[in-house]
Amino acid sequence: MTTAGSPAVTTNVGRPFLGGRRFSLDWVGAVPFFVYVVIFLMLPSGIVAIGAFFDANNAFTLENFVHLNRSYVLKATIDTTIVSLITAVLGAIFGALLAYAIVTGNPDGVLRRMAVSASGVLAQFGGVTLAFAFIASIGPAGFVYLFAKSHGFDYYKDSLWLFEIPGLDLVYLYFQIPLMVLVFLPALDGIKPQWREATESLGGNSWHYWRHVAGPLLFPAFLGGVLLLFANSFSAYATVNALINQSQPMLAQQIAGALSSEVGAFEPGFAKAIAIEMIVIVTGVTILYTVLQRRTARWL
Amino acid sequence: MKFGSPIRGLGLAVVALVVVAACGSSGGGATGACSSDKAKTANSASACGGLDALIAAAKAEGKLNVIALPRDWANYGALLDGFKAKYGIDITSDNPDGSSQDEVNAVKQLGSTSRAPDVLDVGMAVALANTDLFAPYKVQTWDDILTSQKEATGLWFQDYGGFMSIGYDSKTVPQINNFTDLEGSAFKGKVALNGNPKQANAALNGVMMANLAVGGTVDDISKGVDWFHKLKTIGNFSKTQATTATVKNGTTPVVFDWDYLSAAHGKDVPTWKVFVPNNAILGGYYAQAISKSAPHPAAARLWEEYLYSDEGQNLWLAGLARPVRMAAMQASGKIDQPAAAKLPAVNGTPVFLSDAQSTAAKNYVVAHWDAAIA
Amino acid sequence: MAVGTMPAKTRSVQRTKWLKLQVYRYVVFALAGIFFLVPLGAMFEFSTRGNAGQRTLEYWRSIPDYPDLTTAIIASLQLALITSLAMLVLLVPTMVWVRLKLPRLTRIVEFICLLPLTIPAIVLVVGLFPMYLWLGTNVSDSILTLAFAYVVLVLPYCYRTLHAGLGAIDVKTLSEAARSLGASWFDVMWRVIVPNISNAILNATLLSVALVLGEYTIANNLLYNNLQVELVHLGRDNAGVSIAVAAAALLFAFVLLIAITFVGSRRRRLHPESEGITGLGVGPVQGSAG
Repeated sequence: MTTAGSPAVTTNVGRPFLGGRRFSLDWVGAVPFFVYVVIFLMLPSGIVAIGAFFDANNAFTLENFVHLNRSYVLKATIDTTIVSLITAVLGAIFGALLAYAIVTGNPDGVLRRMAVSASGVLAQFGGVTLAFAFIASIGPAGFVYLFAKSHGFDYYKDSLWLFEIPGLDLVYLYFQIPLMVLVFLPALDGIKPQWREATESLGGNSWHYWRHVAGPLLFPAFLGGVLLLFANSFSAYATVNALINQSQPMLAQQIAGALSSEVGAFEPGFAKAIAIEMIVIVTGVTILYTVLQRRTARWL
Repeated sequence: MKFGSPIRGLGLAVVALVVVAACGSSGGGATGACSSDKAKTANSASACGGLDALIAAAKAEGKLNVIALPRDWANYGALLDGFKAKYGIDITSDNPDGSSQDEVNAVKQLGSTSRAPDVLDVGMAVALANTDLFAPYKVQTWDDILTSQKEATGLWFQDYGGFMSIGYDSKTVPQINNFTDLEGSAFKGKVALNGNPKQANAALNGVMMANLAVGGTVDDISKGVDWFHKLKTIGNFSKTQATTATVKNGTTPVVFDWDYLSAAHGKDVPTWKVFVPNNAILGGYYAQAISKSAPHPAAARLWEEYLYSDEGQNLWLAGLARPVRMAAMQASGKIDQPAAAKLPAVNGTPVFLSDAQSTAAKNYVVAHWDAAIA
Repeated sequence: MAVGTMPAKTRSVQRTKWLKLQVYRYVVFALAGIFFLVPLGAMFEFSTRGNAGQRTLEYWRSIPDYPDLTTAIIASLQLALITSLAMLVLLVPTMVWVRLKLPRLTRIVEFICLLPLTIPAIVLVVGLFPMYLWLGTNVSDSILTLAFAYVVLVLPYCYRTLHAGLGAIDVKTLSEAARSLGASWFDVMWRVIVPNISNAILNATLLSVALVLGEYTIANNLLYNNLQVELVHLGRDNAGVSIAVAAAALLFAFVLLIAITFVGSRRRRLHPESEGITGLGVGPVQGSAG
């Protein structure tokens, strides 16, 4: 962090004017982050990305990308995107509502502490155990189902939906909502009670407050939460693999299949090609998010 | 003593020589018959100075890295404990849920570091595809293994196997006498495979067994895939992963699995039964291999010797798996009779898939399974 | 505008709003409670169910008997500590700096911090193998080297949390005011910015500790035995134990996280003046109902 001798409070902070040339050493401040990220994120990602262009004999090939056309991969792409969108939007909405309920309480109180800690634990809770927790409660041998069935409400009469996409959405919400709570709380913390009073003193009601004051201020953080939840759901693997082991609706399962298959379906290049496809899709969603941020900043 | 001093001196010298020679060989030093380096290229115990020398070298290494050996798989827990108790060598067990391919990936990626796996227990498809990673080694009981169950130079050799079976909780579902009983309404939402057939050996063989049971052949698995499609359509097939927890909790009371793995559910569910259809006795064996770049080559070889000793083979038998030396041990009388009596009865000729048949089955399943089960 | 000076009609309107808020909170907490506690309850029920259907604590009681569990717990705790600290040291200054001086880099940093979440861990570990091979032979074989990978894994969650926190305060004005009073950049970060985003930092820390304690794939594929890998080992014994250890791990993480929330609050209570001076405290949205 440099720029010695910069003027105190100006809009031109950090731009010394030396000998007719304008240069800034501000970028140095970002160097540690970028160095770390290049070594431990870009390099491994690069290794994965490059691997998609080679086949089993280490010959250059584009076959792996052609294979992305396989019917079960296309279906997985669509299913994964749909599940991620649904759980991202619903998770964000419910998470925001829950966060609001938490933030309106005592900031140092027991409830806030417990809610925040529980959210931390549950946001990272997943895998075989989460799948089993749902199976043991609302599954076909779970106590909730047996109770409902004995009272005439057989909710698996038409299909065993817990092991289909609807069930997956429900199970994913279990960690999406707490994640949103944790990520959105800081934004809610920044809302000051004075703004509410100001709105009211100007004659506005709740609707005006949310639509014109708090809403626009919270919307960027909300959208950011949606994006995070989308990516979180998109790449999640362990939970869906335990819940829906057979039809492999998610792309991450297709990757795992191509990497771990012990019956001979081992295609590491193909797995990496799917990974690139996932990066492309999430990049696309990120661009959408950026555009949405700019648009809503204008008319909100 | 009545001996004169020169003879006493000679006697002492002889004793000293013997002691020095003994110390030398067990220390694995300059005069050592077996050392870590020598074990790296030794293709049998005798090539490394004999079993005792191998034991000494292994103890000097002090560690063994194994991978993908869950304790409840074919009684591996007892084998790991037994080896450690007998030789005092620490075992690090990694990636318990790993597949055979994961084992090979670990060897390829970490092969020269101290944490890399020393030995592998893999399915046949993976063994045949990765022989360039293995070191040849013939255990002392090599001749007891049938020629068809080992690679000629010792790159891989089969260890234990069983038959594909249907395990079920006889309290929750009715007794299964024929394969097609599974299509009955009592099995709605209850039948599961152990894993995905595109990935797991056990699951692919499960589909093949169904294939044989409904009239298909080993060369064409389509009837098996179609049968599972039918099972899904009538609502009997459960897409969730069958684990010990889902079995105990009653969500997946019927599971296609190797008979020795299925038998393990009996621990949690006392009314668990194992059924092998008479017209579809599909057998499968796994294979052992030693990594060429094993960080502890002497310990690795000693582990193999242990597994193929009578003690090791009987421990697998106690896990209801059929050890590869079973026939020879029955002939020599060293077999654990009570354990052998507990094996599920099999009436008929077992079928084993060849490599070509496995590959053909895999290709078909990879292309058609997801659509069949959707 | 003090409440006491308001006319009576407004006071009753305020009271209605407050009541509506409380009703909202209770309904939300009740629904959330049901949704989140029922599956957990099922886990506890199953882990205390014996083979004959009786209630038993044998599975829970067998947990402390596993020798490898202690080493795994200690390793995971160390990893959690290192990862959180490294993440905070790496992210907070960078995010503040980008916000102040390099706003054009915002989108790039945002995207980079989302990247670890777009690549499933199972395939990311393939790219990490060469690094860990090099690290293992040249630097150290210890399980603590996993921290390098974990810092990358927590980036998405922590970035989003810290971003929300930084967005709620006026970083530019704060830093300019502090600089004009002669503060060094270190002081600006440590004594001005950090106390104002302490809640966001706390949440980011909680997320990163929870992630490290719950991380399985990368440790497992790199052949390290951290807490989750060891739990899988244990779980292979029988069904009851597999769920009991998972529930125990959740409880452990929960208690640990609550303890961490107390670390933050002591700081906040010891330095109330930093909030008073700026007047941009991180207070709640109290008073009126939504």
